[in-house]
Amino acid sequence: MSSESATADAPEEPTTEPDIAALEERIEALEAAVDTVPDDGPKSMTIIATQGSLDMAYPPLILASTAAAFGWDVTVFHTFWGLDILHEERSRDLRVSAVGNPSMPMPNLLGALPGGDALATWYMNREIADNGTATIAELVETSLEMGVDLQACEMTTELFDYDHAAFYDGVTTDVGAATALQHMADADVQLLV
Amino acid sequence: MTTDTTPDDVTETIDVTGESCPMPVVRTKQAVDDMAVGDVLEVLATDSGSVSDIDGWAGSLETVSLLAQTESTENGQTVYHHFVERVDE
Repeated sequence: MSSESATADAPEEPTTEPDIAALEERIEALEAAVDTVPDDGPKSMTIIATQGSLDMAYPPLILASTAAAFGWDVTVFHTFWGLDILHEERSRDLRVSAVGNPSMPMPNLLGALPGGDALATWYMNREIADNGTATIAELVETSLEMGVDLQACEMTTELFDYDHAAFYDGVTTDVGAATALQHMADADVQLLV
Repeated sequence: MTTDTTPDDVTETIDVTGESCPMPVVRTKQAVDDMAVGDVLEVLATDSGSVSDIDGWAGSLETVSLLAQTESTENGQTVYHHFVERVDE
């Protein structure tokens, strides 16, 4: 191949050389800017817990205590039936509904009979004990120990006529939707359960 | 780096056999918080999910290092041994 034909086949040369010096300067400026970005601290998570059945009480507590083990800043805002998770007495007696849950190992018709929910609850409590799954009370206490902020919505606390003293020691009371929203806006992870 | 060789400098052991998610990770974190830098914790668990969970947990923290994960069989049951060193405050 002659040098002449090689030149003819080659793509057109750019008309201007890239300004290497200017690019290097730009890279230095960007690297310096990256260094000054403040470390925004640990990750944070806000969960809104609205359900008080035995099965639905688990996910927020499992995620909250695990995130705390990761060093995350965790807030769980409990409202409506979610308040029962924080209620020391009621949290030890949460129930499962057998009706409308096709995953329960019993027919819906049977679940609708008197005592159906009690049977479903008995079954789930037996499985929890057999599998070494922590109880709700144990998860609440562990979460509090690990610094999770468990909050009880004031509006629903009054609606259900619950006494602040009935909640576990360490539960944050006298908070509302505005408090929850502030945490959500700053959180890396927001969940509604 | 994780290996399957048992470290010989274990300073503390916790037993979470029979406990399931999230307790293996939660109890490990609580134990590590009470340890000094350089201490090595052995965690005994029967939850098969603890292998992935403790690996992921240790990988996300700069204060701990997962030295090894091994298995043994006790009374016909698999026991997972996790060795976690505290490497920073």
